[in-house]
Amino acid sequence: MSPLVRRKREKFTLPSKYLLLILTILCLSLMVVTFTTDIMGSTLNGFAGKIIVPFQSGITTVGTWLTDRTEELGQIKILLQENEELKTQVDDLTNEVIALQQDKYELNSLRELYELDEQYSEYEKVGARVIGKDSGNWFHSFIIDKGTDDGLTIDMNVMAGSGLVGRIVDVGPNWSKVTSIINDNSNVSGMVLATNDKLIVSGDLELMALGTIKFEQLIDTDNKVVEGDKIVTSNISDKYLPGILIGYISEINVDSNNLTKSGYLTPAVDFDHLESVLVLLELKQTVE
Amino acid sequence: MKRNISIIIAMLLCFLLQTTFFKSFSLGGIGPNILIILTSSLGFMRGRKVGTLVGFTCGFLMDIFFGEVLGFYALIYMYIGFLNGMFKKIFFPEDIKLPLILISLSDFAYSLTIYLLQFLLRSRFEFGYYFSNIIIPELVYTIVITIVLYPLILIIHKAFNQMDKRSA
Repeated sequence: MSPLVRRKREKFTLPSKYLLLILTILCLSLMVVTFTTDIMGSTLNGFAGKIIVPFQSGITTVGTWLTDRTEELGQIKILLQENEELKTQVDDLTNEVIALQQDKYELNSLRELYELDEQYSEYEKVGARVIGKDSGNWFHSFIIDKGTDDGLTIDMNVMAGSGLVGRIVDVGPNWSKVTSIINDNSNVSGMVLATNDKLIVSGDLELMALGTIKFEQLIDTDNKVVEGDKIVTSNISDKYLPGILIGYISEINVDSNNLTKSGYLTPAVDFDHLESVLVLLELKQTVE
Repeated sequence: MKRNISIIIAMLLCFLLQTTFFKSFSLGGIGPNILIILTSSLGFMRGRKVGTLVGFTCGFLMDIFFGEVLGFYALIYMYIGFLNGMFKKIFFPEDIKLPLILISLSDFAYSLTIYLLQFLLRSRFEFGYYFSNIIIPELVYTIVITIVLYPLILIIHKAFNQMDKRSA
């Protein structure tokens, strides 16, 4: 009796081949739909925010706690050794402090010249915690624990410390996805602070590991741009607010066309150890 | 029913751990791909249909959070789950060689697809660099995690099989 019943049931189940076909078509059509419109985004983002994000923030806290503890254990031995060395250094350093104090005055006056801090304070900011990172190893994007409920929208700029991290590309009620400027598919219009020369800063997976970013298309006919110059976001960028620090030029080369220059810059942000970021609540004004 | 619920819980758990816990234990910026372990092992344990559905869901979760377009990762994971399901006939719980080989191949295929579709098409030709700095480290890390995680999945799989036998 039972084999007969079972056979009858199997007749009505969907063969896996057709299941695969149906889901393939579903995926492809979803790709087309999301590529052209933004219909699916909001509902799914809401679902994800309710179910995934609370756990993510919890586990991240535990994860960071665990890494901190393991690091502590490993470091005790090194710390004891270091302690000895450091005691001898203290004497040398006290001498240096006096010299450095003089430098400090000079630094302060230079800072006033740049007036970078004051530029940033014009923008309203909100702090957020990083609660998840891209599950793959190919791209550098992460999730923060604030979303539309806190007034965030897509394209808002994200900073950490004094440097640019990236911008929000996706947003849910209580989370947002931030793509960073070192991401392989990211390009930022920047300029050299000293000379106002425009350039393009583009992320590269190969350079991500080295902690540097590439820049291209710098037109500098007067040869005034040198290594160590500050690069900030340019006033003609359509996503980024002007004047946010990106990094410092570490290498500069003339391109083979003899017109433009390219090279590498050291970002102002430590992308490997991002724990909290600042989101600028102002959006860049665009021509509609 | 209980089995399906436990699979859903396992998927959510793997996704959460992959984006948080394993990212804070990443070596040189490379984390393991435990969603592939889950998709692949459920594929060859339970067959093509389950593999397809698990792959689709895992990929879809990644799409919601990290995808450029919805459905891209879902498609890759789904086919990996389906292809692993073909090996159900030669899968025996006692043998660990087949699972290790299949999971490694799956992870490699996954990385290769992403390179081809997301990097090669944007004219990034330095395959050697990506191969030795992303694909291989991820593969090795994933295999190491497999050795720990796979027995766990197997125990749960066996427990459910036992339950089915008793109720039948």
